[in-house]
Amino acid sequence: MINFQYARADSVADAVRQIAAAPTAKFIAGGTNLIDLMKEGVERPARLIDITHLPLKDVTETAGGGLKIGALVPNSDLAYHPAVEKRYPLLASAILAGASQQLRNMASTGGNLLQRTRCVYFYDVATPCNKREPGAGCSAIDGVNRQHAILGHSAACIATHPSDMCVALAMLEAKVHVTGPSGERVIAFADFHRLPGDTPQRDTNLEPDEIIMAVELPAQGFAANYTYLKLRDRLSYAFALVSVAVGMELAGGVIRDARFALGGVAHKPWRDPQAEAVLQRQRPEEETFRRAADTLLRNARGFKHNAFKIELARRALVRALAQAARGTPQSQADKKIA
Amino acid sequence: MTRIGTPASRVDGRAKVTGAAKYAAEFEAENLAYGAVVSSRVAKGRVVGIDLRDALGVEGVIDVLTHENRPRMARSKKAYEDDIAPGGAPFRPLYDDKILYNAQPVALVLAEDWETARYAASLVRVDYEQEAHVTELESQRDEAFDAKNSPKPRGNAEKAFAAADVQHEAEYWLPIEHHNPMEMHAATVIYEGKGKLTIYDKTQGVQNSQAYVASVFRLKQDDVRVISQFVGGAFGSGLRPQYHLPLAVLGALALKRSVRLVLTRQQMFTFGYRPGTIQRVALGAKSGGTLDAIMHDALAMTSQYEDFTEHVTNWSGALYKCANARYGHKLARLDLATPIDMRAPGGATGVYALECAMDELAVALKLDPLELRLRCYSDRDQNEGIPFSSKKLRECYRQGADAFGWDKRNGAPRSMRDGSELVGWGMATGIWEAMQQKASARIVLTANGHAEVACAFTDIGPGTYTMMAQVAADRLGLPLENVTVKLGDSTLPQAPVEGGSWTAASAGNAIALACEGVRTQLVRFARKVANSPLADAKPDDAALVDGRIVSKQDSSCSVSIPDAMRAANKERIEQEATAESNDDGKHARYTHSAIFAEVKIDEELRIVRVTRIVNAVAAGRIINPKTARSQILGGVVFGLGMALHEETQVDHRLGRIVNHNLAEYHVPANADVHDIEVIFVDEPDEIINPLGVKGVGEIGVVGTAAAIANAIWHATGIRVRDLPVTVDKILG
Repeated sequence: MINFQYARADSVADAVRQIAAAPTAKFIAGGTNLIDLMKEGVERPARLIDITHLPLKDVTETAGGGLKIGALVPNSDLAYHPAVEKRYPLLASAILAGASQQLRNMASTGGNLLQRTRCVYFYDVATPCNKREPGAGCSAIDGVNRQHAILGHSAACIATHPSDMCVALAMLEAKVHVTGPSGERVIAFADFHRLPGDTPQRDTNLEPDEIIMAVELPAQGFAANYTYLKLRDRLSYAFALVSVAVGMELAGGVIRDARFALGGVAHKPWRDPQAEAVLQRQRPEEETFRRAADTLLRNARGFKHNAFKIELARRALVRALAQAARGTPQSQADKKIA
Repeated sequence: MTRIGTPASRVDGRAKVTGAAKYAAEFEAENLAYGAVVSSRVAKGRVVGIDLRDALGVEGVIDVLTHENRPRMARSKKAYEDDIAPGGAPFRPLYDDKILYNAQPVALVLAEDWETARYAASLVRVDYEQEAHVTELESQRDEAFDAKNSPKPRGNAEKAFAAADVQHEAEYWLPIEHHNPMEMHAATVIYEGKGKLTIYDKTQGVQNSQAYVASVFRLKQDDVRVISQFVGGAFGSGLRPQYHLPLAVLGALALKRSVRLVLTRQQMFTFGYRPGTIQRVALGAKSGGTLDAIMHDALAMTSQYEDFTEHVTNWSGALYKCANARYGHKLARLDLATPIDMRAPGGATGVYALECAMDELAVALKLDPLELRLRCYSDRDQNEGIPFSSKKLRECYRQGADAFGWDKRNGAPRSMRDGSELVGWGMATGIWEAMQQKASARIVLTANGHAEVACAFTDIGPGTYTMMAQVAADRLGLPLENVTVKLGDSTLPQAPVEGGSWTAASAGNAIALACEGVRTQLVRFARKVANSPLADAKPDDAALVDGRIVSKQDSSCSVSIPDAMRAANKERIEQEATAESNDDGKHARYTHSAIFAEVKIDEELRIVRVTRIVNAVAAGRIINPKTARSQILGGVVFGLGMALHEETQVDHRLGRIVNHNLAEYHVPANADVHDIEVIFVDEPDEIINPLGVKGVGEIGVVGTAAAIANAIWHATGIRVRDLPVTVDKILG
């Protein structure tokens, strides 16, 4: 770990002021990812600005019937928040599918959005990585790539986004409230994370001098028909090979609305409106689910070790849609697949 | 009183859970300096330049040691050989400019605190001249050479195989696995001055470390004291002195200061590992289910500088009755560190392949896999042509199968299910050597009825403290709390490394022998008591019971220990004894087990849950059923990881291990572990050693991976022959 300066921000305005004055600084909240990356020499901020004292710890109702979650609400508090459990059980489920209780106690809502990839080459400064060092080359494309992307990757980067919570937020179409020197703005969740393209060093569209204030959930929480299904190489404490968040609205035996997002398959939580459209006004039947999966994966392309993810994603989506339609969401405590 | 054979909680349990137990990196010293290791970024070649300016410029950095400026170390390769070094020339850290494997140490930063050392380590710039490397085992099939450890063949296996009614032949692959103990390797070297060092080392053998340091640094053995009283797991990774030890000593000698060096989790992947192997097993059988031929060939990896060799194939011919057997073992040189023993080295590897092959043979024979094992049961070790000292494997099969409900198994694959899950039942046999090494123990009994038992063995977690206390308490007739144990100190009576499942037999029998000496003295003293009821007693006429010397003929005749010692005017009795194996080659000495596993696998998504395991173990006399059960539980979980999770991933282009952390190198999490039932089958053994003890450290892992892989076949009909069985291999 390199030496760094430590400063504390007293207010959001102070935080923004501080980061604008120190372009190589980083905000630190729970530190569950940043500290790891600093130990490995991957992140080398000259200054850490501690934002844990900012008043961003509340979960409040919005006028539109949604919830606004402060950026510093710990993952564990959020997962067990009564309003989240009742109205957004998908979000609670996705959070509990990730990491461990200890990590969730530390990890913040805003920090979860900013998690960096678990690509082994990104983590190892002895190896080339375009995300870490633009232009150095991608070691994963022809290397060990079991964990890597099958959708939306580029010649520069095939890394995946590791978050579970973000997959749920993508499906729920959350909004990210941020603020910076040029004022506040709201970013649609789909626009928050980026595909790698030829700038894999940029994970998100958050500007370096901006800070996340809150994540806003719209009123629709799909509390009746939803699931978060996460498939991984062991039954707990592993990043997703494939995960699927589904929300569905059924009426008269027909799907009125259905959305899904996938984790573990791309550089960002993966939504595909065309694949979702396949489900609209259809009966919730396996054949229909399969068509949606085929559409979703029409452009999927795997690599040496991860090509199996295409078939796994297909089956996972079909099952997750069935779980949501049946109203039998995946439990995160019982590892038997519902 | 806690006698041998009754369950006892760990005597060191409280110290461990309260933090009172101190580990190698937790010892403080005045003026302590901290080390951080700089690791190579290339797999092969040499260091052509090291730029230390930036590192030395950091405030708090004391020095940076490299092969160019280090203090003297022994020149001869021989000087680096430890007790269990394989053939070849051991790795000599910072000795010269050669890079023998990726991430080997190339520099040691010494600083006033750990954070500074680690930061400065990131600033050391090393230039390399790279050479072409090779790290892929399969690519070296043709270059591999014969290892010199295969048992003698018997009969004509090739011919018998060719003529057999039913043949099965297949290759089984095992990847590199790393031990990943919780505690990182570390040493705190206390610089005592006048050429003396006290070293708190994470090791499985304090006297091995002591001899190594004395030899490498040309110090007097008595001037080097190595202490390792608590070890946070090792599983074999601490059997040999790893590079943290010589580097910490190098730092202390260079600075003339005490030095602490702790490896990082990533650096835990920069020395020994369970070698990746490719095994070919060929079994020929009569249609009635008896074996005619066993051919077992292993191709394993070793480094460029040592010939690490395990016993991989011999188990096949020792376990089952078969007139014709042939073994082969080849080693391929790779640009990796030398492998090192990892829990059940060779056995976990070889028996995995054998027991999967037996399962496949049973399918070919249309026989229940357990029935096949029974038809191939051997009452003799045919490798050596001798009987077993004891072998209650048949009883393991019976009790294990009963507890599991094996008779309800439908043999056809995909025939059993539970809702949306396929259910698979698999089984395997386990076998491990029951070894005893020469070891010494000292008992000091004081007049107040308190005993101290001392032996240089380490306790890497199995419960050695408790086992030693229990044997002494049993033999001295004292309550367990009246016995204190000293271990893990090179100044204590001689002991080898803790490994091979031999500690209970080795330390236990030495302690028992020392207790005999104590009893002999006590009887002599008891005779001196005025009007002694034991006036005519000979040493063997009396036993020690409840703090008294008691006549075996008449238990009403007894003398208390304090009275006897007072009569002899003794404050303490000190007795040291050395025990060694009585192995005269006339009996084969093994532990055995039968493992039954149930898996449930979602039919579509192929996520595997190991819902039930029964492991029935025959391991002679069990000293402490509680800690022994924990050993088997741990072994089974180890085997579960081997079956489903563990795999060190090497990028062969870079010649570098890439999943070098516990997020990407998977071991089982709690969620992966369900019901595990351990059964100890009664197995009296009057031949093996006076205590009848065989040891249980390793047997729990042997066969477990095969039982799970076989259960996965039974559930899915898919036979995976390369571990770990991950979802991609069974998607179908």
